[in-house]
Amino acid sequence: MREITYLEAIREAMLEEMERDESVFVLGEDVGAYGGAFQATKGIYEKFGEARVLDTPIAESCIVGVAIGAALVGYRPIAEMQFADFISCGFDQIVNQAATLRYRTGGRVDVPLVIRAPSGGGVHGGLYHSQNPEAWFIHRPGLKVVAPATPYDAKGLLKASIRDNNPVIYFEHKGLYRRAKGPVPDEDYTVPIGKAEMKREGTDLTLVTYSAMLFPCLAAAETMDKEGVEVDVIDLRSLAPLDWEAVFQSVRKTSKLLIVHEDNRTCGIGAEIAARVAEEAFDDLDGPVMRVTYPDTHHPFSPPLEEFCLPNEQKIVGALRRLASY
Amino acid sequence: MSPMKRQPLDKEDLLRMLYYLKLVRAFEERLSILHRQGKVLGGIFSGIGQEAIVVGTCYGLRREDYICPLHRDLGAFLVKGVEPKHLIAQIFGKRDGLSRGKDSYLHSGVPELGIFGSTSMLGSNLPVACGIAYGFKLRGHDHVVLGYFGEGAASMGDTHEAMNFAGIHKLPVLFLCENNLYAYSVPVEKQMAITDVADRAAAYGFPGTTCYGNDLLAVFHATRQAVERARRGEGPTLIEFKTYRWHGHSEHDKAFYRSEEELLEWKSRDPIPQFERYLKEKKILNEENLGEIVRRVEREIEAAVTFAEENPYPEPESALEDIYA
Repeated sequence: MREITYLEAIREAMLEEMERDESVFVLGEDVGAYGGAFQATKGIYEKFGEARVLDTPIAESCIVGVAIGAALVGYRPIAEMQFADFISCGFDQIVNQAATLRYRTGGRVDVPLVIRAPSGGGVHGGLYHSQNPEAWFIHRPGLKVVAPATPYDAKGLLKASIRDNNPVIYFEHKGLYRRAKGPVPDEDYTVPIGKAEMKREGTDLTLVTYSAMLFPCLAAAETMDKEGVEVDVIDLRSLAPLDWEAVFQSVRKTSKLLIVHEDNRTCGIGAEIAARVAEEAFDDLDGPVMRVTYPDTHHPFSPPLEEFCLPNEQKIVGALRRLASY
Repeated sequence: MSPMKRQPLDKEDLLRMLYYLKLVRAFEERLSILHRQGKVLGGIFSGIGQEAIVVGTCYGLRREDYICPLHRDLGAFLVKGVEPKHLIAQIFGKRDGLSRGKDSYLHSGVPELGIFGSTSMLGSNLPVACGIAYGFKLRGHDHVVLGYFGEGAASMGDTHEAMNFAGIHKLPVLFLCENNLYAYSVPVEKQMAITDVADRAAAYGFPGTTCYGNDLLAVFHATRQAVERARRGEGPTLIEFKTYRWHGHSEHDKAFYRSEEELLEWKSRDPIPQFERYLKEKKILNEENLGEIVRRVEREIEAAVTFAEENPYPEPESALEDIYA
């Protein structure tokens, strides 16, 4: 099977969905002739022209609002936030307008909208080009939130998000654009929203993660394997809705859970997973639910400072060893 | 709703517009009474005094044209075709209200009638109005979108982002500002450094005009001109209606921030008797057909209130429904 990058997978998903469904269009800053700040939309303008790809002014609230309006009259817009950090400028339109439309119309109105947001650190981005804001949106009913790690999942999930009739926030990790390369079939396929995937199977420990952290987690699991500890590595892929069954199934098998995410510790999704597992699978647990996360701080620019903060293979191995020793 | 008629308005149109004025006034007055009787919970944002705007702007629109009204534009829902009984049921939080109990007052939309109900974040309806208009433009339809906002909402960032975007793309949007001189208790001099919100349109590249909001026909003709402009693909217009609300911001607000003289002055400019006088002068309105309209409105309001009172509440568990498609 051919191998493509995470970025190419995202681009392909958009091109194919736009081919398949003429109601799909793209809007955002620099997405048109320039092809997007990260080149995610390269080629779309040449293929489909100005009517299907709109270069917007610098106005995130307007970008989201316009996307909502277009969705109301039969379109399926893909709105790009140039960096996930700027999503805060469109926050009200997302959480109060898009997320509540179906509810406040008694189920009569749907908002088939995708907001693509390049998130994540480790790229010397500093405070405003490194954020992982998913927790704010997982918290809000009415929004779906996804965060793929592999090119296969990136393409399939973006297609599923575009075809979904709800507002979906698609967090694509910018650090993976060119670093992640993997097999992607030629034929059309989707990855269902709300389904996790076991990326590595084991019987001793459960490791739940998502997005770029998948790779240091897999590396850590490889190290543990050499020490005779086998780790189930579950890639959530979707954060809202979350595949609870996949988590519980694994915890029942291993009795020990570690959650790893690049998002901050407090009220990151690891906190919700820990709470729910403690609530509903207490009798299955043989050790505390542990988390390896970014600390509760901002994203410092200076490389040694950022490195100090980012979860990595060593920190994950350390936590897995502590968990295994219970 | 009456089918859209080409100008000039005929006798049937004019009487129909009076019917709507009377209906909106009676509806709002009844709501105020129900509120004082403790039969209505939550916020009621009376548009009494401003009826000429909702009737004059909405009359004669196509079903496909979208309106994006705000909290004080209850009359717009009625003119666009919502039955009074569903609107009162909505306000009571009953099962057959527009939101089926999920949200209050005018927050629910009715897509079949081209109504987008906004959130409480003022001005946030305007980028959405632009999106609807953008969708119309992409498809080559000549439908229009009417985005309402007050002089208070004019201060919000979304209002500016929307007008900027609409100007760039010559979108078929009407930006309709209802300047009633007070945003809750904040007078217009504390809301902006300029006098006419309409002046801002030039900054976004399209025409802006003021209009006396209590003259129904002035409102209608100014709107109609802007609608035709938009349908021809010539882009947005900002119309600022100068008007005044008789009640407080909400029914709870005693509005001590304005003088009795000012209120009385504006009450003397009541849009409805003004229009009645005009119709009588033109020999279109007489005691008989006025009486018919008044009695019809009374019947409809009564029936609507009875319907809403007898309508059950939705099931409590329904609070957990309709979150996702």
